[in-house]
Amino acid sequence: MTSVAPDHRDNLSERKNRRIGVSLAVLVAGMVGLAFASVPLYQLFCQVTGFGGTTQVAEANPKGFIAREMRVRFDVNVENTLPWTVKPAASITDKIGAVDTVNYVATNNSDKPITGQAIFNVVPEQAGIYFNKIECFCFTEQTLQPGETVDMPIVFFVDPDIADNRELNTIKEITLSYTFYASDSEGS
Amino acid sequence: MSETHLEAHATGHDYASQHDHHTPTGWRRWVFSTNHKDIGIMYLVFSIVAGVIGGILSGFMRMELQEPGIQIFHGLASMVYGVQGDSAVDAGKQMYNVFTTAHALIMVFFTVMPATMGGFANYFAPLMIGAPDTAFPRINNIAFWLLPVAFILLLMSLFFEGAGGVGGFGGGWTVYPPLSTAGHPGPALDFAILSLHVAGVSSILGAINLITTILNMRAPGMTIHKMPLFAWAVLTTGFLLLLALPVLAGAITMLLTDRNFGTTFFSPEGGGDPVLFQHLFWFFGHPEVYIMILPGFGIISHIVATFSRKPVFGYMAMAYAMVAIGFVGFVVWAHHMYTTGLSLNVQRYFVAATMVIAVPTGVKIFSWIATMWGGSITFRIPMLWAIGFIFLFTVGGVTGVVLANAGADRALHDTYYVVAHFHYVLSLGAVFSIFAGWYYWYPKMFGHMYSEFLGKLHFWVMFVGVNLIFFPQHFLGLAGMPRRYIDYPDAFALWNRVSSIGYYITFVAMVIFFYATWEAVRKKRPAGDNPWGEGATTLEWTLSSPPPFHQFSTLPKIESTNAH
Repeated sequence: MTSVAPDHRDNLSERKNRRIGVSLAVLVAGMVGLAFASVPLYQLFCQVTGFGGTTQVAEANPKGFIAREMRVRFDVNVENTLPWTVKPAASITDKIGAVDTVNYVATNNSDKPITGQAIFNVVPEQAGIYFNKIECFCFTEQTLQPGETVDMPIVFFVDPDIADNRELNTIKEITLSYTFYASDSEGS
Repeated sequence: MSETHLEAHATGHDYASQHDHHTPTGWRRWVFSTNHKDIGIMYLVFSIVAGVIGGILSGFMRMELQEPGIQIFHGLASMVYGVQGDSAVDAGKQMYNVFTTAHALIMVFFTVMPATMGGFANYFAPLMIGAPDTAFPRINNIAFWLLPVAFILLLMSLFFEGAGGVGGFGGGWTVYPPLSTAGHPGPALDFAILSLHVAGVSSILGAINLITTILNMRAPGMTIHKMPLFAWAVLTTGFLLLLALPVLAGAITMLLTDRNFGTTFFSPEGGGDPVLFQHLFWFFGHPEVYIMILPGFGIISHIVATFSRKPVFGYMAMAYAMVAIGFVGFVVWAHHMYTTGLSLNVQRYFVAATMVIAVPTGVKIFSWIATMWGGSITFRIPMLWAIGFIFLFTVGGVTGVVLANAGADRALHDTYYVVAHFHYVLSLGAVFSIFAGWYYWYPKMFGHMYSEFLGKLHFWVMFVGVNLIFFPQHFLGLAGMPRRYIDYPDAFALWNRVSSIGYYITFVAMVIFFYATWEAVRKKRPAGDNPWGEGATTLEWTLSSPPPFHQFSTLPKIESTNAH
């Protein structure tokens, strides 16, 4: 064992300790930041990749249609605090790429005007990237007057590129599901 | 460092002579402690207390599951809440879930982590690298005392209202929304979340302290590649804590605001996604299991080397295997989420990445065996625990590789097979490494020796007991018994009964452990500086037992290459 001039070493060492300690604290702060940044990043990721059945938005279908057919089913759920009745559209079978229009029918059962909004995704989730909506009531909030019944149109097509996805080779059916929530409430 | 310290050290390894100055006595020594060894001891005591509470909770669960039907929880519920009949059964079911959740949180955050990264890391990492103390002794004190605060918050949560008027949170330690946001009103979960926040801050402060100590306060000549493997383990684990815990803190903060302040991070009606919580939770949760086991890897390496009287085989591979495990541990999280509808390609990636972890882990297992190979092995008590660890951890690792397969996991997800798997790696793996460390370092920490017979008895009874608890749970899981339920069909009765008997045997083992410790304290057989002989080469064995209150006032200079 040899001795090192203790005082000099201590000062140096303590300053270096502090520097390392502060850098590690910055690392922790960065990770907390990343945890919160993950919320918008995840949303962006889902929109871009169709992850989790996130559907896409399009102006029109430029790719035409192919011979393979796809059945599209429509499903609806209404949050139990929203006094609406919503009837889903009947399922539709068409060539992939064909632009179709269907209607959901919503009724406000209460005696007050109520604003609702729907969230949605498709199953199988991998089909989200190929499911394009040109027009949808879900893009905007809907206000229904007391007792009012309205048609809620969806204009959509399935991207023919789906034929290139081997994972979806055996898929004959896509289910589009909506859940309606009251949007002017304290819920959001 | 003053002259007196240098002199005190020069006079040799006499513990009494160290009581020169600044040495606080009585309760001040502990409460205001900035001494890494005293803080380490407090962590160990805390861990034992928490472990007993967590173990008793699991005892209620095993008694309940001993036979089909509801055995004890309806009675407990009517004792605690004064309800009768069907409502007692309902309250009992919720209580069972509360016990399961509390058992997990206590064992993870208040038993295993304080024992390894708190107790042993604080006590022995500075000794092994030849440092006089940790880098930030006051932060060390805060880090410790935050832990009892966190624990009290968690225990308080058991007495605040949760779902169905029953105290405590019963949604599992993973606190998945929407159950945790919409299904559990009442402040119970909020207390648990705050508890995790405080425990997280404690661990982060502790990790910063230990990393800085290891990076900057090694004795002259101890390069990072001569550093003992336990110090490597602590360094790696420290970084895992710093990277993983803030993500948990973020996720449960979002949960807290979702619950109380109307945000919708995890609620679809506001554009959130409950699956995002699972991603965040497991981004923390998977590294967390390595946080629990890596310090154990370090301890086992020293014990195997000591009692084989050989340097550890493949030092560099051993050190970087731990780094590799830590690194890969961050990119495999979604193997906990195979059933959430991930696309096949995503599943393929997570299957492959998860299986890759078996490679560095295999390097470690085989290096331990290679260390023993041709060694002059003595089966002292720490060695028994170490070999027990290697065996049990390997069993748990193999079932882990099974579960890594998305296809197999689809069937086994949330069954007792998973319960058996993670108890083999944690409750048997990590806990056996803790007992190995306890018996290895006990003479160093306290200066006296325990009874060899009682130590062996403890090992064998515990080994039989825990295997009897958890091995049959593989059969239950394969047969399809789901976890987190209070009741099960008659078909599962046999192996549940065996499992419960295993618990009682383990309980006896714990009684032997406490008796052995009491007996050791009473008999006070002097241990000597190094009771393990020439195989024990790390720096702590050059000090007295127990080490002086302040050590290495003159820094040791490392010249030989076999410091590990």
